[in-house]
Amino acid sequence: MYLASVGPLRTPLRRVPGNVVALGIVSLVTDVSAEMVTAILPLYLVFGLGLNPLQFGLLDGLYAGATAVLRLVGGHVADRWRRLKTVAGVGYALSAISKVGFLAAGSTVPAIGAVLAIDRAGKGLRTAPRDALISLSSDPSTMGRSFGVHRALDTIGGFLGPLVASLVLWASLNDYNSVFVTSFALATCGVILLTAFVRDQSPPPTPTSRGLPMLSLLREGKFRRCCVWAAALGLFTITDSFVYLAVQRRWDISTSLFPLLPLGTAGTFLLLAIPLGRLGDRVGRWKVFLGGHLALIVALVIVCGPVGTWWLVLALHGAFYAATDGVLPAAVGPLLPENLRASGLAVLQTGQALARMAAAVTVGLLWTFWDLRPALLAFTLALLAVTIAAAIFRPLEVRR
Amino acid sequence: MRRRVVVAAIGVLALVGGAITYVAHARDGGAAENAVPVVTGQPMRFDGKTLFFRNLAEGPDAGKLAAVPVADPGAARRVGELRCDRFAAAHSTAICLRLKAGSLPAMTDLIVLDASLRERHRETLPGTPSRARVSPDGRFVNWTLFVTGDSYAATGFSTRTGLYEVDTGRLVKTIEELAVFVDGKRYFASDVNYWGITFAADGNRFYVTMASKGTTYLIEADYRAYRGTAIAENVECPSLSPDGRRIAFKQKVSNGVWRLAVLDLATRRITHPPDARPIDDQLVWQGNDTLLYPLRNSGNTLDLWSVGLTTPAKLLVPQATSPSFT
Repeated sequence: MYLASVGPLRTPLRRVPGNVVALGIVSLVTDVSAEMVTAILPLYLVFGLGLNPLQFGLLDGLYAGATAVLRLVGGHVADRWRRLKTVAGVGYALSAISKVGFLAAGSTVPAIGAVLAIDRAGKGLRTAPRDALISLSSDPSTMGRSFGVHRALDTIGGFLGPLVASLVLWASLNDYNSVFVTSFALATCGVILLTAFVRDQSPPPTPTSRGLPMLSLLREGKFRRCCVWAAALGLFTITDSFVYLAVQRRWDISTSLFPLLPLGTAGTFLLLAIPLGRLGDRVGRWKVFLGGHLALIVALVIVCGPVGTWWLVLALHGAFYAATDGVLPAAVGPLLPENLRASGLAVLQTGQALARMAAAVTVGLLWTFWDLRPALLAFTLALLAVTIAAAIFRPLEVRR
Repeated sequence: MRRRVVVAAIGVLALVGGAITYVAHARDGGAAENAVPVVTGQPMRFDGKTLFFRNLAEGPDAGKLAAVPVADPGAARRVGELRCDRFAAAHSTAICLRLKAGSLPAMTDLIVLDASLRERHRETLPGTPSRARVSPDGRFVNWTLFVTGDSYAATGFSTRTGLYEVDTGRLVKTIEELAVFVDGKRYFASDVNYWGITFAADGNRFYVTMASKGTTYLIEADYRAYRGTAIAENVECPSLSPDGRRIAFKQKVSNGVWRLAVLDLATRRITHPPDARPIDDQLVWQGNDTLLYPLRNSGNTLDLWSVGLTTPAKLLVPQATSPSFT
C-alpha cells in the first residue's frame, strides 16, 4: 500500500499517477464489498428473511433516480467547498455504514429500503468527486490511460465480490449476517485507504459567483454539446440485462449459466479498459467513445442475426464499456475548469444515466408490445443513426 | 508518511481480523439447547398417523425434519439427521428441498425419499426452494423454485416449477412447455410463470397457478395429454382436497398480501374459512374439511395453524412449517 508514496510505478502501470492507482485500489476494495452484497441480496431477502419477492419488487428502481440527483449534489458541494476527497470519503463511509444497517433492519421491509437508499446515496455522492480527483491527478495528455487503470481495478473488485461472498457463505454455513459484516469490514478498509493514501487536489477557489455554477457550465458550447450527445447516445443504449436476456434466448443458454454472462462482459472490460484508454489518448477520445457504440451495435446485430457466437457478443459488449465508461470523463474532463471539474462530470454522467434509464423503460415497453427481437433491432438502428450523427457533428475535436 | 502507513495497516488488519472472527463464530454459533423438547434416535417412517414438519424451534435441531403423532401434536418432536428447507410426503414418497450452502447463484438440491426417508434420487437445479408436493399416489414429486436474474428487472424474480416421475425417472425441469388455453385460445407469452402444482388422486389431472401480464390463472391440466385450461383467475398456490371437490388457495388481497380461500370446483363458489390473517404458502388438507398453514409469529419465525372450513383456527405446532401427513 505504498502506491501513493513511491511515485511512478513500473510496468504495466508505468507513469500512472500514484493518486489514480490509490483511488483505483479504494474502488477495488469497495467494489468487492458492494458486489458481495449485491450477489446475495435476492437470496437473503427471499430465502433468509422469507419475504415474498412482490413485497420488495418496488424497493429497487426507485433509487436510480435519487442517485442521479445526489451525484449532482456531490459534485456541486465538492467544488464549492474545494474538498473533493472529503465528499468522496463521506460517500464511501455512507455505503460502509449501510452494510451493518442490514443487521439492524432485520426483516422490516421499509427499514431494508432505507438501508438500500443510504447505500445508493453514498454511491451517488462519491462518483463525481472521485472522477474529478482522477482527472485532476492526471496529465491531460494521458487522462484516458488514468481512467482506464481506475476502471480496470474497479472491475477486478466486481469480479472478486461474488467469489468472496460465496466463500463467506461456505465458511459460515450460509450465515448472511457474516456476509454483511465482512462487507462492512472491507468497505471500511476502503475508507481507511482513501484517507491515508489519496491526496486531495485543491483546485483554485471558485470565483465568487452567485447561483449555480453548473448552469453557467452548460453555457459553454463544447461542454454542452458533449453532454447532449452523450445523453442522446444514452437514450438508445440498451440496458445490460436486455443484452444478456437476448443472448440467452438466441443461443439457448442454460439458466444455471445465465447469471455468469455478465462475467464475460466484465472480463473484456477489464482487459481492454487500459489499452482503449491509451488509444483514446493517442487518436482522440471521442473517436474511441463512438467506436465503443459501434461495438455495441455490432454485438446487437449479431444477437439478432443468424451468425456469430455468444462469447463474441459478450466480448463486444465488454469492449463497449471499455471504450465508453472511462473514456467519456477523460474526454470531457480537460474541457472543464479545475474548480468545476466535479460539477461538470456530475452533469455529464447524470445526463447519460437518466437517458439510459429512459432507454431501459422504453425497451421494456417495446418488448412487451413487439417482443424482444424487433425491440432490439429498432433500438440498434436508432443507436446507429445517433452514432453517425455524433461522428458527423463532432462535438469536440481532441487534438491528440 | 510511515506513521500513516502503520496506522492504516493496523486499521485494515483489525477489520479483516474482526470479520474472520465473526465468520468463525457464526460457523459454530447458534443456541446449544433446543427451545422445545426433542427426542432423537426414534424411527421416522410413514405410518399414516404421523405429522411431519420442518422444525424451526431454536437449537441444534433447528431446520431439521421433525415428526409428531397426529393425535398428539404437542408431543416431544422426533428428529433425525435430515435437514430440509421444504418437505412434503404422500403415499410412500417424500421430497426434500435444500438450498446448497455457498452456491451463488443459488442452487437447490431436490432429494426424493422413500417411506423410510432413505434417498432414492437427487437432482440439483438453479433457484431457491419455494414449494414442494407429492402426488396422492406417490408417483410424482413436484416443486417450485425462485430464480433471480431471469427477467429484465435486476431484482425481478421468476418461478420455475418442475416435476419428477418417481417410477420412470423422467425429469421435467420446467412445465413452461405445457400447452395452455385461455378463453379457448392457445396462450403464448414470453413472461409466463408457474407455481404450486397439486395433483388429483388419479395421478394425471393436476392444477397449477400460471401468471402472465399481471394476471394469475388457475390452470386445470391433463398430464398425459400435456395440456391445460384456465378455469379461474386470482387463484394462487392451489391445493386439491383429498376428495377432489375443493381447491384451497391463497387469494390476493393487495400487493404481497394474501388470505385463505376455498373454491368449490362444482359450483365455482369461493368461501373463506374463519381466519383472515395474511398467509403466504400452499395449504395442506387434513381430511376433507381441515386446512393447515404456517403463519408468521412475533418472533419472526412461523407457527403451524389449522382451521376448519367453518370452525375457528387453532395453533397446531409452534415454530414449525412445511407440514405433511403420512
